[in-house]
Amino acid sequence: MSSKKILVMGNEAIALGAIRAGVRMAAGYPGTPSTEILETIAKHNDGRIHVEWSVNEKAAMEVGAGAAYAGARTLVTMKQVGLNVASDPLMSLAYMGVKGGMVIVSADDPGPISSQTEQDTRTFAQFSKLPVFDPSSPEEAYEMIGEAFEFSEKYQTPVLFRPTTRVCHACASIELLPEPEVSEPEGFIKDTMRWVIFPRTSYLNHVKIEKRNAELSEILSGYERNFILEGNKKKGIVTGGISYAYTREVLPEGTPLLKISTPHPFPEQLAVRFLKELDEALVLEELDPMIERQLLQIAGKHHLPVNIYGKLTGHTKNAGENSTESIREDLARFLQEKGNDTTADSSAAEVVSDAPELPVRPPVLCAGCPHRASFYAVKKAMKGKKAVFSGDIGCYTLGNAKPLDMVDTCLCMGAGVTIAQGLHVIEPDAVNFAFIGDSTFFASGITGVVNAVYNGNDIVLVVLDNSTTAMTGHQPHPGTGKTIMGDVAAKVSIPAILRGIGVERIYECDPLNLNEAVDTVKEAAQGSGVRAVIFRSPCIAVSRPGKCYEVKQKKCRKCKVCIKELGCPAIVTEGDTVKIDPSLCYGCGVCAAVCPFEAIGEVDCHE
Amino acid sequence: MNKNCLLCGVGGQGVVLASRLIAYAAMEKGNFVRTAETIGMAQRGGSVVSHVRIGDDIYSPQVPVGSADVILAFEPGEAVRCLPYLKKDGLVIADSRIVKPVTASLGGSSYNAEEMTAYLEKHAGKLILIDGEAICREAGSPKVLNVALLGAAAQSGVLGITPEEMLDAVRKNVKEKFIALNEKALMLGRKAGGM
Repeated sequence: MSSKKILVMGNEAIALGAIRAGVRMAAGYPGTPSTEILETIAKHNDGRIHVEWSVNEKAAMEVGAGAAYAGARTLVTMKQVGLNVASDPLMSLAYMGVKGGMVIVSADDPGPISSQTEQDTRTFAQFSKLPVFDPSSPEEAYEMIGEAFEFSEKYQTPVLFRPTTRVCHACASIELLPEPEVSEPEGFIKDTMRWVIFPRTSYLNHVKIEKRNAELSEILSGYERNFILEGNKKKGIVTGGISYAYTREVLPEGTPLLKISTPHPFPEQLAVRFLKELDEALVLEELDPMIERQLLQIAGKHHLPVNIYGKLTGHTKNAGENSTESIREDLARFLQEKGNDTTADSSAAEVVSDAPELPVRPPVLCAGCPHRASFYAVKKAMKGKKAVFSGDIGCYTLGNAKPLDMVDTCLCMGAGVTIAQGLHVIEPDAVNFAFIGDSTFFASGITGVVNAVYNGNDIVLVVLDNSTTAMTGHQPHPGTGKTIMGDVAAKVSIPAILRGIGVERIYECDPLNLNEAVDTVKEAAQGSGVRAVIFRSPCIAVSRPGKCYEVKQKKCRKCKVCIKELGCPAIVTEGDTVKIDPSLCYGCGVCAAVCPFEAIGEVDCHE
Repeated sequence: MNKNCLLCGVGGQGVVLASRLIAYAAMEKGNFVRTAETIGMAQRGGSVVSHVRIGDDIYSPQVPVGSADVILAFEPGEAVRCLPYLKKDGLVIADSRIVKPVTASLGGSSYNAEEMTAYLEKHAGKLILIDGEAICREAGSPKVLNVALLGAAAQSGVLGITPEEMLDAVRKNVKEKFIALNEKALMLGRKAGGM
């Protein structure tokens, strides 16, 4: 056995690789599947790295840019939709360039598994004219992130780094490499022509970027992670990212393969060398037909007599994620032969046909989640009235599920606050609620409230303040009084912000006091302008009430109102009997308030 | 020789820790390991699947369909759901107790354990059913089902990891005050696995 290996998640590998590369600034905003990168840097920080959860991705990008201007190696992390938020600084930064190496990790989510869109950061790289690195495994990501830093610093440009969910959340046994010495940042050197963006300099920078990218295409043809696996067939495969891993799993021997690790600038010469030997090429990639389009362009430009197949020709599916299975089928169809499949046995797949009906297990709000109480209170208060409930991004999006059914719209971070305003303008006889979590409020809710106050738009803003960024795994935010490093920080007050904006009617209450919560909402629903209700109760993962409730069977009339109204996962039926699972109950007590027969009461907890 | 193991259950049952322990034990023997886990929105009360792949000749972090040597199921319905991953003559080790989701409580569905285990009997190459509830009661904690399943898996020898190696992995990765409890659960699992 060689030296010690450790099991490392893709996101941890990216973080450890960045630390090894001498990163001095790491900033980001939580978002699945990218979150663990920054958390890992914080965990391994020897004190030389400034690590921060920025208030949103745009802030992270700009804080990062400043550090890179001053010569520090800088890492910025986000999920793909976060890149949209940060796109304004990104597009301009691409023209400006940087001094210290700056790597922007934007994690894509084919499927999508926990995202609003199946957008492709590789396409964003092309749009912003930036280089992008696309790792296919945790071990590759570990080394590639260091190469991305080298590359960024050498060519003085920010670079994108695009892992996907199956790379971010996969683990592999990795041997950690020694940490080389990295020089300290030089500091900011004033230079107006370099650091102040102007139309005139932008024209010059544009010319420079186009010339540089043509050169980088040549250089990247020689990058060892863009490579050809030689074969003896006239049909070849072109792939990259996690699809490369799936392909290698089932690739028949002798099939030539081109692996693309830098989809932009595209390694054109390497691709020409590969395509020259072929009659047909199949592109296996997720999200956009990014590689496919560039191969088509190259084949046309160089008059290569080769057919390119993929998403654009209907040979592979154009949405959703790939898998070893989907690629096995794609390969079989393309090569007209069976895949190199020694382990798998497709007959096993056939047993599904006669499988018994299985329960669906959609994600639900946790037992004891204060959001359930908040939604229920608003629902009770607005019963029989015309009301529309705009939701937002976070755990509370799950309030859309039955029986609560309390999210009528959800679009993107912060949009609920402003969509509610638009809805109300067109339909003024409805009461328009906008639910927003505490972290989302700080990230992108505040401007929407300013908009409502300024334009006199009527909404009831409901801030679901659970003292954490729950959805992505309980990160601190400006309202928590703590930083990612665990240091005490200034606590930014949500009611003080609202008062500062000019919101006059602000109600604060604990949603677990159900009756008070219902009355508060009833009052807030009256009148016009912006009314804000702040429901404050911590996430059960942050602070547990430490109580337990049980159904008193003698009093229970089996009406199941508790189940039908709340949908709490701790309340279960056994035959006709209703019970509370003590291992799941966190003692929020909302079911006790809902029960019409006082059959639910507090008991001692076993633990 | 590659080994593929699939672990499945419901969010909160300790599936991820179990997969980490298998990976640890395999790595201690000098093997290359890949795993893939369910993280994020899908985890909340949802079905959870962990993949553990051991061997030098593996690329994908997920076990391909039809190639799992063993499925460790923390819930019998989840075993049925994941059965397409099992290779011909593969082994299923499953807890026989069902976990009823809130949707089933709402809709009054007929979801029951007998139907699930009968289906597993019919379609799994080999099946070991364990009474996780009884094991947890005897061990003294509702949270040790994962280690009990590992005990059964180690006893079966299907992963190329011996019960002693698994015990070592538990000892090195579990908090000190929980070691005795987990040792007991591992032993009870081994017995259920045919020791």
